[in-house]
Amino acid sequence: MLVVEKNALSEEIESYVEKYGNDRSALLMILHEIQKKHRHISEFAQQEVARLLNIHPVEVYSVISFFAFLNTNPKGRNLVRICQTISCDMKGKKQVVEAIERELGIKIGETTKDNKFTVEYANCLGLCDMGPAMAINDQVFVNLTPEKAVELLAKVK
Amino acid sequence: MEDKKSLRAPVSQKPHVIPKPEHPEYLGGSITVEINEKKLTVPFGTTILEACKQAQIHIPTLCHHEDLCVAGVCRVCVVEVEGMRTLQASCAFPITAPIKIKTTSNAVRKARKHIIDLLISEHYGECYSCFRNNNCELQSLAKEYGVDHYNFGHVTQPRYEVDNSSYSVVRDMDKCVLCKRCVRTCIDLQEVGVLEAIDRGHNTHIGTFLEKPLAEVICINCGQCINRCPTGALRANDPRDEIWAAIDDPTKHVIIQTAPSPRAAIGEEFGQGPGKSFTGELNTALRRIGFDKVFDTNFAADLTIIEEGTELILRLYKDLVKKEKVALPQFTSCSPGWVKYLEHFYPEYIDHLSSAKSPQQMFGALIKTFYAQKAGIDPANIVSVALMPCSAKKFECNRPEMNSSGYKDVDYGLTTRELAQMIKEAGIFLPEMPQSHFDDPFGEASGAGLIFGATGGVMEAALRSVIEFVTGKRVEDVYANADITPVRGFEGIRYAEIPITEVGPVPKLLQHLIPDWNWLKGATLKIAVAHGTANAKKVMEDIKAGGKFSECHFIEFMACPGGCLGGGGQPIPTNEEIRKKRAEAIYNEDKSLPVRKSHENRHVTELYEMFLTDGPCGHISHKLLHTHYVKRGKYIA
Repeated sequence: MLVVEKNALSEEIESYVEKYGNDRSALLMILHEIQKKHRHISEFAQQEVARLLNIHPVEVYSVISFFAFLNTNPKGRNLVRICQTISCDMKGKKQVVEAIERELGIKIGETTKDNKFTVEYANCLGLCDMGPAMAINDQVFVNLTPEKAVELLAKVK
Repeated sequence: MEDKKSLRAPVSQKPHVIPKPEHPEYLGGSITVEINEKKLTVPFGTTILEACKQAQIHIPTLCHHEDLCVAGVCRVCVVEVEGMRTLQASCAFPITAPIKIKTTSNAVRKARKHIIDLLISEHYGECYSCFRNNNCELQSLAKEYGVDHYNFGHVTQPRYEVDNSSYSVVRDMDKCVLCKRCVRTCIDLQEVGVLEAIDRGHNTHIGTFLEKPLAEVICINCGQCINRCPTGALRANDPRDEIWAAIDDPTKHVIIQTAPSPRAAIGEEFGQGPGKSFTGELNTALRRIGFDKVFDTNFAADLTIIEEGTELILRLYKDLVKKEKVALPQFTSCSPGWVKYLEHFYPEYIDHLSSAKSPQQMFGALIKTFYAQKAGIDPANIVSVALMPCSAKKFECNRPEMNSSGYKDVDYGLTTRELAQMIKEAGIFLPEMPQSHFDDPFGEASGAGLIFGATGGVMEAALRSVIEFVTGKRVEDVYANADITPVRGFEGIRYAEIPITEVGPVPKLLQHLIPDWNWLKGATLKIAVAHGTANAKKVMEDIKAGGKFSECHFIEFMACPGGCLGGGGQPIPTNEEIRKKRAEAIYNEDKSLPVRKSHENRHVTELYEMFLTDGPCGHISHKLLHTHYVKRGKYIA
């Protein structure tokens, strides 16, 4: 990481700390902001957050490791999350997953070479009556079929 | 650990700690509870566990530790409280009402058994291939509850890689039962913050920042986590095999130096109660094991006092007389855990550290130069072992700069626990050994060197010498029995002021450095003592803010609570009561010694006459007995 990038990131995190306060209870909000902007929370960012909130880096990492929506490694530009819980499973999640894997040429948990997509499983999206369900970035799609899923992916930039 | 401010959790999640009443006899100060149908009156806010202890009812515990804050995670200590739907963890239940408690009901027994079975189902390893065999809290719980088969299965394959990257601490997470004592030790007790629970949920494990190996994160190697681990998940990096190999090799001259704290604690490993020193017995045992020479680290401690004391006097002289800018207060550098803590967390203050090496490293450098010369042994054939109460000493002797003799000054750091194991392997029962003395040419050490083992000891030892150097009076005339009590005790941070009302002649040893003491007349020496890095942090923050500690002249820091006697290499368990007894043993031994001041140690004066001819802080001593430090910083690359 370049020094300039580091400084920019530090300044960014400082602005979050100003916004949410430097109490340790502000940690999650700050992490969300970083995740939203950078799609991951880098090693350096974690340590900066720890420094500014006066906690230990490992505590920041501990929190990140608990939440599935926070991650430490960079992911693709678009995040595809497929619901893996039982009702979606019974409605044909497996076929949808296979179609997506075939279409993008990657396995669940991987990122495409052009960095466009990362596909992963999510635990219940809360749409059990309309499964199989899938979320692309912040938007949720329901009643999927393999064809529909592939179509949806094609529309994503 | 009842101070709420010191706890990590946000205010809303802080555990329900009830402040103790001012006096149990005040209105509402006490409460009468019924434990197993027997009435007992306890102060308001006492936990059920403490109350049961008073009533002499044994309750099994695992995650509970006297030094640490309440966690209530293991649930082994559950009891039945009448009117409550579920069983309650007695360690985390403060009594605030006249409740009825049952500790032996069927529900309690069954639940405890199941909890222990569940803990064991996640614990990999066989007891007989574990260094904690017979000293494991999980094992004794299993025995207590008669576990004879694995009710909920057992892990049959290792799931984690053993992390032995560190010179000091080895982590084997397969044996971890997630009691989080190490986490609470690292974050709350020591405020170093290396370990936390990662991937909370059914994949929870204890890990470091981004799962990096321990050597790459900011671990200070204090080993306090080892002392608190109930199982064998944490242990010190064990050099026993290499040492045995050196002993068996006839071409090697194997030397051991023994620090004061292990002697006061090693008896515990042989079933003796804490608080008894086995110095003489240990010497015999070490010779029978096969060490060629047994030296006393206290000799080097005496030397440290002369070097570090001279350095302090020189810094004061530069500051007060020459008006040069020097780093004051001066910090002690005997505790390698503390040194690494400072290097990581306050790198801007490393100039304040005394450049004098720790006694272990001073001795190491002398053994491979002065002693090798005198005894006519090639230093390449000397294997120098240091018996220490400390896991950080293993790191210290592996520091790349510690080779001023031209060789690795100290080859192996050995902890009290590991030596006890070696003694057992040699078929020796330590308490029955005849007593013997240390070997010459370093055979005699002073009581000042001995008390290095207790918190405040380095300060007291330094003061005994400095007071005599400066005032020309005997310490006994200033403090009864030369016991400088203001710096003793177990309070986390202690502060004392010593007015210098009169001055005497400059002793011969220092005459080449300063002409007279008149510049110190009427001055007040301000000193402080801190033990445990959490307390050290408080002092450092105060210095940063320009508070009262920034005006101190000399501050003793020890990384471990209680000083070396509570070190990470000491017998397990270690708690406050045991630490106090070990301190008592050390101070009693000090009282019984004929020489109790470092500068009166005749070997030290001889050494300055024969070898370190340009005196304390001179050229030779700088080469051999002083070192430099690294600004490490907090960033984990």
